[in-house]
Amino acid sequence: MGLLIKGAKVIDVKQNISDYLDVFVKKGKIVDIKKSISAPKTTKVLEAKGKILTAGLIDMHTHLREPGREDEETFFTASKAALKGGFTSLVAMANTEPPADNQGVIEFVYSESKKQSPVNIFCIGAVTMSLKGENLADLADLKGAGAVAFSDDGHCIKDSHIARRAFEYAKMLNRVIISHCEDTDLSAGACVNECWTSTKLGFRGIPAQSESIMVARDIQLAKLTGARVHFAHVSCRESVDLIREAKKEKIAVTCETCPHYFTFSDEVVNTFNTNFKVKPPLRSLQDIKAIKRGLADGTIDCIVTDHAPHTEAEKDVEFEYAPFGMIGLQTALGISIRELVKTKVLTLEDLIKKFTVAPAIILNLKKGSLEIGSDADITIFEPETKWTFTKKDIESKSKNSPFIGEELIGRVSEVIIGGKLFLKRGQIRSYHLPA
Amino acid sequence: MNNWKKKDLLGLEDLTAEEIKLILDTSSVFKEISTRPIKKVPTLRGQTVVSLFFEISTRTRTSFELAAKRLSADVVSIASDSSSTLKGETLKDTARNIEAMKVDAIIVRHSCVGAPHILAKLIEPSVINAGDGAHEHPTQALLDLFTIREKKGRIKGLKVSIIGDIAHSRVARSDIWGLKKMGAEVTVCGPRTLMPPFIENFGVKKTNVLDEALRDADVLIFLRMQLERQTSNLFPSLREYRATFGVDKEKLKIAGKDVLIMHPGPINRGIELSPDIADGKYSVILDQVTNGIAVRMAVLYLLLGREG
Amino acid sequence: MELKDIRVIMDHLAIDRALKRISHEILERNKDTHDLVIIGIRNKGAYLACRLASYIKQIEKSKLPVGILDITLYRDDLTAISRQPIMRKTEINFSIDDKKIVVVDDVLFTGRTIRCAMDALVDFGRPRNIQLAILIDRGHRELPIRADYVGKNVPTSLKEIIEVKLTEVDSIDQVIVGENKGDE
Repeated sequence: MGLLIKGAKVIDVKQNISDYLDVFVKKGKIVDIKKSISAPKTTKVLEAKGKILTAGLIDMHTHLREPGREDEETFFTASKAALKGGFTSLVAMANTEPPADNQGVIEFVYSESKKQSPVNIFCIGAVTMSLKGENLADLADLKGAGAVAFSDDGHCIKDSHIARRAFEYAKMLNRVIISHCEDTDLSAGACVNECWTSTKLGFRGIPAQSESIMVARDIQLAKLTGARVHFAHVSCRESVDLIREAKKEKIAVTCETCPHYFTFSDEVVNTFNTNFKVKPPLRSLQDIKAIKRGLADGTIDCIVTDHAPHTEAEKDVEFEYAPFGMIGLQTALGISIRELVKTKVLTLEDLIKKFTVAPAIILNLKKGSLEIGSDADITIFEPETKWTFTKKDIESKSKNSPFIGEELIGRVSEVIIGGKLFLKRGQIRSYHLPA
Repeated sequence: MNNWKKKDLLGLEDLTAEEIKLILDTSSVFKEISTRPIKKVPTLRGQTVVSLFFEISTRTRTSFELAAKRLSADVVSIASDSSSTLKGETLKDTARNIEAMKVDAIIVRHSCVGAPHILAKLIEPSVINAGDGAHEHPTQALLDLFTIREKKGRIKGLKVSIIGDIAHSRVARSDIWGLKKMGAEVTVCGPRTLMPPFIENFGVKKTNVLDEALRDADVLIFLRMQLERQTSNLFPSLREYRATFGVDKEKLKIAGKDVLIMHPGPINRGIELSPDIADGKYSVILDQVTNGIAVRMAVLYLLLGREG
Repeated sequence: MELKDIRVIMDHLAIDRALKRISHEILERNKDTHDLVIIGIRNKGAYLACRLASYIKQIEKSKLPVGILDITLYRDDLTAISRQPIMRKTEINFSIDDKKIVVVDDVLFTGRTIRCAMDALVDFGRPRNIQLAILIDRGHRELPIRADYVGKNVPTSLKEIIEVKLTEVDSIDQVIVGENKGDE
C-alpha cells in the first residue's frame, strides 16, 4: 500500500540531505527519497508542504517510571507525550523500582512497553546492583536481555576503583557507560546552584565543581581503560571545557545536555517554583553561554530531555522537600529551536543531528536516519510555528514542567513509526498495538 | 496617610524604605502601651491570629503571642511536635485547614526557605514570616532597626557590623536588607567557611579580620554560633572561634564611641561575646526584646488594618 | 475634601470668646483645680485643650496638667485604620487615678469618638469623673453621650460637614460649614 509524503523539506544529516524531496514508505521501511516521486494510485498521500521532515527523534535519557512508579508515568502516557514531542525512540534509564539491574526487569520493560507504546522504547541496564555503587550487576546478562547501555543515572559511582572496573567490563561488552557526575559530598543538603541567588535566599548551593570533579575523574578513567564514556546532563562550563580537551586528546568520551541548561539560569529559583528544581541544578548565565558554545563546536554531542515525571502531590511541597526533576518530552524541540536555531547558535540541520544521528551512534542503534531500507521512523514538524505550552497540553501523567506558559517555536505535526502514522496534524490518532 | 497595602510580611527584601519607616514609626506608638498598667488596647478585638511554628522557638513565639494579645486578638499557638505534619499532612493542607477556621493572620516559622511565601500565595489570611530557613526573619530585623534608631536617633550613615555565622543566618540577611535600605554602612565578619559566596552583592563589606569589623563601629550585631556547626567541619572548635571572633572588653576598645551591642538571642555567653559585654553599659540586648513586642504589634496592626 | 456652599459660622473672635467662657464654666463647676486635668483628643482637640489650660492659668494662676489622647487604637471600625492619618502617640505623663478629667474635642457628632476616648481613659486608670468640653455640637448623636461644656450648638443636616480650622495647623481660626463637593 505505501505512504507518500510530498512537499516537505527533508533533512537527513547522515546522508547530508537538506532539500525539498518526496519520501516513499512501504512495509514499514523507507523505500525512496527523491524529487517528485510518482506512486501507484492506492498509495496514501500525506501533504507536508512548508514542513520539515526528519528521521524520528531519539531521546536517549528518559525516566519512564515503569516498573514501580506508575503513579508518575507509564509507557502509555510517556509514549503520548513522546509522539507530541516528535520522538519515535526513547531510551529508559535504569533507576526504576525495582531497578533494571537484572534480566527480569529489562525483559519486563521491553515486553510491557511494546504492549502500551507505539514509540520504540529501549532499556538501559544498571551498572551496579540497586545503583548503590558497590557491586557490579551482571552486565553481560543485561546486555543479553537487551540493555543498550549501562548507567546508574540518578546516582554517581563514588568509588573510583569500582568505576574503573565497570568501565573495563562495559568496554569488553562493547557498551557505553552513561555517567551521572556528582560529588555527593559537595552537593549534600543542597538543591540549587551555588550562586548569588542561593546566597540571597539562604539555600546551601551545589558548586559546579560537584559535577566537574567527577567528569575529570571519569575522563581519566576512560583514558586508563579505553572505555567509551558518555556524560549525562552536562550543565556547567567547567565540564564542557574538560570534555572538549578530552576529545582533543582522542579519549572516547561523548556527552549530552538538556534544554533547561541552555534556557533557564539559576535566578529562576527566586520564584520557589519546584519545577525548576533539578539535578544537576540550573546554572549561571555564563554556563548557559558555555553550553551553547559546546553545542555549536560539537563538544556536546546530543540533546536529551532527562524526562523525570513526579506527581503534583510530590512536587507541591516546600522547595527543599520536593524531588528533583522535570518532564520534557513535549517541549524539547520547540525550546531548542527557540534558543538555539533562532539565535543562530546551531543551524536546523545541526540541531536535528543532536536529536537523531548523534544518539544513534553513541548507543549503536539502527535509527536516526532516512537511508533507504531503514525503519520508517519519521518526524514532520512546522519549524516556524509559535505556540504557547499550557498545562492542558501535557500528555504525561505528571505535570512538572517549568515550560508551562512559555512560547515555543516549532510544532510537531506528524509522527510515523514503522511506516504507520501515529500523530496527524498534532493530534494522536487512535491505534491498536499487537498484543 | 497610613499607606500599608501588603497582605503579608515575608521579608525585608520586598519592603521599601518608606514601608520600613512606617513600621518603625508605628512601633513607637505601641511601645508606650507596654508601659501602662493595662497593657492592652481593643484594636484587634475579634481577630484571630494563629502562630504555626515548625521549628522550636520560645522567645519569638512568646513575643508574637504577647503582641497579639496586647492588641486584644485571640491567639492560638501550634508547635511542631503537636502538629499534624508529623502525621504526614503537607504544609499546604495544614495551612488550608487553619484557613478554613476563618483566621485573620498566620505567623509561620519553618526550616524550609520559601515556606511562608508559598502559603502567602495560597491562603487569604495575612502571613507573617517568623523565620524561614536561613532566608529571612523580618520582625527581628525590624526590631533591630527600631532599637538602633531609638538609641542613635538615626540609621543612615551608621557603621554597622554583623559578626558570626553569616551563611546560616536569616537574621543577618534580613538585617542587611533593612540596614542598607535605611542607608547604613554594613560590614559582615566571620570565618571564611561561614561566609556565603557572592555576599558582596548585597552591597556590604566583608572581612574575616575581627578588628576591621570592630574599628569605629557604631553598632555591633552578634550572631549566635550554633554549636551543631562544629560537627560539620565548618570550623574547628568553639575555642578557636572565641579566640578569633569572640569579643570582650579589650577588643571592644577600638569600636566607636557608645557602640551598641546587639544580639538576636539566645546568647552563648563567653563565646560570641564575653559576659561583661553582654551585660555591660553598651548592651541593648534586653531593649531588643522589649522592642520586639512593640514591633510585632505594629506589624499585626498594619497588616490586619490595611485597606481592602 | 473639597467643600462647596461654605458658610463661616465662627470667626477667630467668636472662637476666642467661646473658649474663654468654657474656661470660666469649667472653673465654676469644679470649684477647685488641684485634682483637675485636661486631656485633648488628637488632633484638633489637643490644641484646644492647650488653649483652655492657658486661659485657666490666666484666670486662676494655676497650671493644669494637659494630656493628649490618640484614640485610633480604640476605634470600633478596624477597616477605618488604613484611612486614618498616621497614628501618633498618646502622651499622658501623669496618673489619672482619682482625677477629674475634662476631655476636649473640636466637634461632637455621633459620639463614637468620645466613647473611644472613655474606653482609652479607663485603661489608663480610674478617674473620679470625666467631663466633656467641645467647641461645636452638631447633633445627630448615635450613642447616649452629651457635652458638659459647649462652644456653640450648630444644627446641621447629615449632608453637611463642619470643619474647625485652628491657627496651630491651618493658619486661621475659623469654623465653617459646607457640603461635600464630591457628593454631586
